[in-house]
Amino acid sequence: MGFETIMAIIFIYIFVENLVLNQFLGICPFLGVSRRMETAVGMSMAVLFVMTVAILVTWLLYNYILHPFDLLYLQIVTFILVIASLVQLVEIMMRKLSPALYQGLGIFLPLITTNCAIMGAAILAVTEEFTFLASLAFAIASAIGFALALILMAGIRERMELVDLPKGISGSVVTLITAGLLSLAFMGFEGVIAL
Amino acid sequence: MSVYLQDLGRGILKENPVFRLLLGMCPVLGVTGFAMNGLGMGVAATMVLICSNVVVSAFRNVIPKTIRIPIYIVIIASFVTLVDMLLAAFQPDLHDQLGIFVPLIVVNCMILGRAEAFAGKKPVSRSLVDGVGVGIGFTLALVLLASFREILGHGTLFDINITGAAFDPMGVMALPPGAFLALGILLYLVNLAFRRLGIE
Repeated sequence: MGFETIMAIIFIYIFVENLVLNQFLGICPFLGVSRRMETAVGMSMAVLFVMTVAILVTWLLYNYILHPFDLLYLQIVTFILVIASLVQLVEIMMRKLSPALYQGLGIFLPLITTNCAIMGAAILAVTEEFTFLASLAFAIASAIGFALALILMAGIRERMELVDLPKGISGSVVTLITAGLLSLAFMGFEGVIAL
Repeated sequence: MSVYLQDLGRGILKENPVFRLLLGMCPVLGVTGFAMNGLGMGVAATMVLICSNVVVSAFRNVIPKTIRIPIYIVIIASFVTLVDMLLAAFQPDLHDQLGIFVPLIVVNCMILGRAEAFAGKKPVSRSLVDGVGVGIGFTLALVLLASFREILGHGTLFDINITGAAFDPMGVMALPPGAFLALGILLYLVNLAFRRLGIE
C-alpha cells in the first residue's frame, strides 16, 4: 500500500466515484439541506467528522471481531448501532469540549444517524477490503466528495431562487434535474484513473 | 372498515413515500436501472416495513419512550438481516444486482418514519395495513421509475425488447445522471396528474 495507491483512492472517491452523484448515497441530506450555503457547509463538516470516526471504528470491529469470530451475520446490526451511538458520543463530547462547534453543527448530528452515506461508506470500506490506512483515506475522500456535491448544489440553489421558474417545475423537480446535470458533469471524470 | 381502506390508500397515493414525501431516495435512484431490480428492491423494503411496523406496534406499550429510536433501529436491522439472507439464498442474482442497497434498507428514513409516526401509536392491525399501503406505494413508484429508465435506456422492459430494432437507446438514462433526470421528469408528471385529479 504505497503513497500512489492512497492518492488514487483519494482522487477516485472525491471525483470519479462521488458518493452522492455516482453512487446515490446520502441523497436525503443532499436534497434536504442544500437550500442554504451555511447549512450545507455545517452538514458537510459534521459528515466529515462522523464519517472518519465511524469508518475507522467499524473497520476495526469488522476485521478484529466480526470476521475472526465468524459473526458476519451481525454486520448490519453492529454497524448501525456503532454509528448511532458514535453520533450520540460525538454530540456529548462536542457540547462539553467545544460549545462553539456544537452551536454550529449541533442540529445536523442527529440527522446523520439515518444518513445512508455513513452506513454505505462503512460497508463499502470493508467489502472493498481496504487496509486500515486506505480506509482512512477512503473515509476522508468520501466525505470531501459528499461535501463537494452538497456545496455545489447549495450554491446553484441559492442562485436559482432568484430565477422565475414555470409553475410545477420549482422545488424538488428542478433540484433533481440540476442534480442530474451535475452528475453528468462528474461523469467526465470516468476512467481518468483506476486502482 | 373505512379506516383500514384509508390507511391503505394514504400510503399509495396521498402520502406516496417517493413522489409525495421524497423519503428513502437512495434506493429509488440507485437500483432503478432495470424494472426487475426496482421490483425486487420494492418487495424487499415492503417486507421489512410490514414486519417492523407489526413488531413495533405490538410492543408499543412496553418500549420506553426515551429510548424508542434505538429500539426501532434494532428491530428494523434484524428484519433487514433476515431479508438480506433470504435474498442471498433464494435470489442470488438479484442480491448481487441490488448490492449495498439491501443492507442500506436499515437507514431508509421511510421505514423509521412509519415506525415513529404510525406504528408506535396505533394498534397492530392498522399498522399492518399501513405497512402494506406504504410498501405498495414505494414498490409502484420504483417499478414506474425503473420501467421508464429501462425503456429509454435499454429499449427493454423486464428484459423483453419492446421497442424494436429501430429504437436507439438513450444510454444516459441507464447511467447515474439518468436516475436524477428520470425522477425529476416523473415527479413533474405525477404532480401534474395529481393536480388534475384534485389530489393534493
